[in-house]
Amino acid sequence: MNWQWFHRLGSPRWFYEKTSRWMPWLLSVTLLLLAVGVVWGLGYAPMDSKQGNSYRIIYIHVPAAFLALAGYYVMAIAGAVGIIWQMKMSYTVMRAAAPIGAVLTFLALVTGALWGKPTWGTWWVWDARITSMLILLFLYLGIIALQGAYQQQRTANKACAILALVGTVNIPIIYKSVDWWFTLHQPATLKLVGESSIDPSMAYPLLVMIAGFYGLYSWLLMHWVRADILQSESKTQWVKEIVVK
Amino acid sequence: MFQFASVSDFLLMDGHGLYVWASYAITLLALVFLAISPSIQQRAFIIQQKRQQRIEEGQNQQRVDS
Repeated sequence: MNWQWFHRLGSPRWFYEKTSRWMPWLLSVTLLLLAVGVVWGLGYAPMDSKQGNSYRIIYIHVPAAFLALAGYYVMAIAGAVGIIWQMKMSYTVMRAAAPIGAVLTFLALVTGALWGKPTWGTWWVWDARITSMLILLFLYLGIIALQGAYQQQRTANKACAILALVGTVNIPIIYKSVDWWFTLHQPATLKLVGESSIDPSMAYPLLVMIAGFYGLYSWLLMHWVRADILQSESKTQWVKEIVVK
Repeated sequence: MFQFASVSDFLLMDGHGLYVWASYAITLLALVFLAISPSIQQRAFIIQQKRQQRIEEGQNQQRVDS
């Protein structure tokens, strides 16, 4: 197997130059998907017979929660690659993934509360799914805080990577929480295997929104990584040339 | 087909409007924050680096002069 791409990916300069070209395209596709998904979900998808219109929050709640979890994988895997291969770029990705993941987890919790009030009659319950998502938020915040707690960045990176890896225990718990402890949160409506319990007319805009959130996540991650690269590579010639421009 | 008879129906969403619109508004704000803050960081970095380069050039000039 050709591993050249992996080594190239380890070069901050290569990443910075490539993403300069990719990002405008990625952003336009993403914004198009999000615009279509929002209009479709808010105005054109049929009303839910049990929950009424409050269910329209699903079009941001589920994608945000999806990416909050996927973002944790990104952060933990990047941390692991950093520890194993001592790759600087990998730690940069790990650092960038923390604030994005924290905001997405926060959004999943807040939109969940706003959805819960008209549907369940309460903003918050100590339900298994909600509690494990709250722990996810604390993990993200813990990693941001830990990063700032060390004087030396190398030590901070290693500590954060270890915390991120230990925290992955929480991920299967979040996934399975709705099946293990059947409390208030509804079980998954979209399924990869077997039949989904959501009608196609509601599911299509949801799939568009999830695709849009994946695009947005990738764009945001590149954006945060690039800002980090400029600072950590500030002594190099190519960054000095960018500054002069 | 559009599900609402009028704009005010669309905004009210049968009494759920406040919850739905608040969710979308908060999400928009949070995502805009995520999109803008690296740009602000980048701009501050470039300004600071330019200033530093000017100081260094000034010091080099002094050395040449003396």
